[in-house]
Amino acid sequence: MAETPFRVLPRVTAGNEHFWRGGADGRLQFQRCKPCGTWIHPPSPVCPTCYRKEIEIAAASGLATVVTFTLNHQPWVPAPDHPYAIAIVELDEQRGLRLMTNVVHCAAEDVDIGMRVRVVFEQREDVWIPLFEPLAGGEA
Amino acid sequence: MEILERRAAITGIGQSAIGRRLGRDPLELTLDACLAAIADAGLTPRDIDGLATYPGAMGGAPGFTGAGITDVHDALRLELNWYTGGIELPGQLGSVIDACAAVATGLATHVLCFRSVWEGTAQGKGGRQGIGITGGSGFRASGSTMEYTLPFRAYSAANWIALNAQRHFHEYGTTREQLAWIALNARRNAAGNPNAIYRDPMTQGDYLAARMVSTPFCLYDCDVPCDGATAMIVSHIDRAGDLRRPPLRVEAVGSALRGRPSWDQFDDLTTMAARDAARMLWERTDLVPGDVDVAELYDGFSFIALTWLEALGFCGKGEGGPFIDGGTRIARDGEIPLNTNGGQLSGGRLHGYGFLHEACVQLWGEGGARQVPGDPRVAVAAAGGGPIGGCLLITRA
Repeated sequence: MAETPFRVLPRVTAGNEHFWRGGADGRLQFQRCKPCGTWIHPPSPVCPTCYRKEIEIAAASGLATVVTFTLNHQPWVPAPDHPYAIAIVELDEQRGLRLMTNVVHCAAEDVDIGMRVRVVFEQREDVWIPLFEPLAGGEA
Repeated sequence: MEILERRAAITGIGQSAIGRRLGRDPLELTLDACLAAIADAGLTPRDIDGLATYPGAMGGAPGFTGAGITDVHDALRLELNWYTGGIELPGQLGSVIDACAAVATGLATHVLCFRSVWEGTAQGKGGRQGIGITGGSGFRASGSTMEYTLPFRAYSAANWIALNAQRHFHEYGTTREQLAWIALNARRNAAGNPNAIYRDPMTQGDYLAARMVSTPFCLYDCDVPCDGATAMIVSHIDRAGDLRRPPLRVEAVGSALRGRPSWDQFDDLTTMAARDAARMLWERTDLVPGDVDVAELYDGFSFIALTWLEALGFCGKGEGGPFIDGGTRIARDGEIPLNTNGGQLSGGRLHGYGFLHEACVQLWGEGGARQVPGDPRVAVAAAGGGPIGGCLLITRA
């Protein structure tokens, strides 16, 4: 690509660095409640299901399904790749475990609801942005 | 259970000049609207003992707020018993719902409520700005909304609401040709509103040929930034009867948010806050959707008005597309006249308060060329989109 598109980066804290830096090891990480197993996102000091605080960091498979998408045409900032695909994906691990993201490595026009995708990371400074690419035919 | 908001009534309304770019002091516009509303009720600033606004003085997008509580309090030398200003509310009209609660519980008698914007002038000719992109190279997004949207290049509610609309299209077969009727109906009504920003006729061909912003939204699915202020007086019903106008009673309000307060984590992406606020409203009244004579429903993006139509029960869930198709049911002489002043899409982005203002205009029979026929007695006004929303049902005796 001739030019890397602009991104606003997140402020990394002790509470969210598992999510924004897990990609350094190729891991898409979330909080998970040890006693009840609930995956938690965005991060929280207490489990929203059982309200306990015994929370661990766990890696998800990175496999997900596109719940919805939009192709952004508006030049909010100059970019080489309009329109680009913004999507909400749901991780395989838990119903409702969702992320807003971009679908990459395919034509924006090919993105569709129900598409199976997998995480890929794009490093920017000290963060690894979790993006998603389509699974190849034959992959589930 | 007593429905406490029925102790509240709207007794006066006011609006400043409204324009695409007025280049005027936003506090002056705000005070113009406030003084107009006070006079409209037959009151003086000495009578005002409560003050409410959304979002109050804050940063945010240029022109998003023209004045805060302190500005208006001091400029009018008000003597207040109660005041509130903030953004973490059930939508822009959440501040009016707060005012209803304040008079109902005796904290105030006459509350001045206002919302002021000057986004047209503040954003200039450069076009609508995204969120977070002017923060400079050291800017980092934080807070659950910004942290989990901006890094994915979703710089605007246009993107976030487009995600909802696309899911609605997928589940229910809604089309752009149907959605167009929210915008076309608004433009049709704006022709009868001398204060509307865009009044020239628009066709479905114009709509479909417009440039895309974020699929499925084109330019005409997005409201138009403007300058202007809107104000209204919420009075205790026992003090409303001897004022200048027949009071408009607050029959019920909806302020609920039962799903997650998040653009991407809400359980049902095809509706969001409108579902919960509307359900609560109908839980608090014996009136039913068929009793409503006119609906003024937030259209910051066209799709939001469709979600309010469904949530309020004017059509079934998912049936909004066919319901608005052709624009006859939502016309001024249709089943449920919608956004009779042109909404925010053509009237200008007065940000929530414009809908309640227009509901009052219609119930007082002062709509002029855009007045709905048949002496309307019941109106609903709703504001907010995504995980933000609140609504009021108001009646004239």
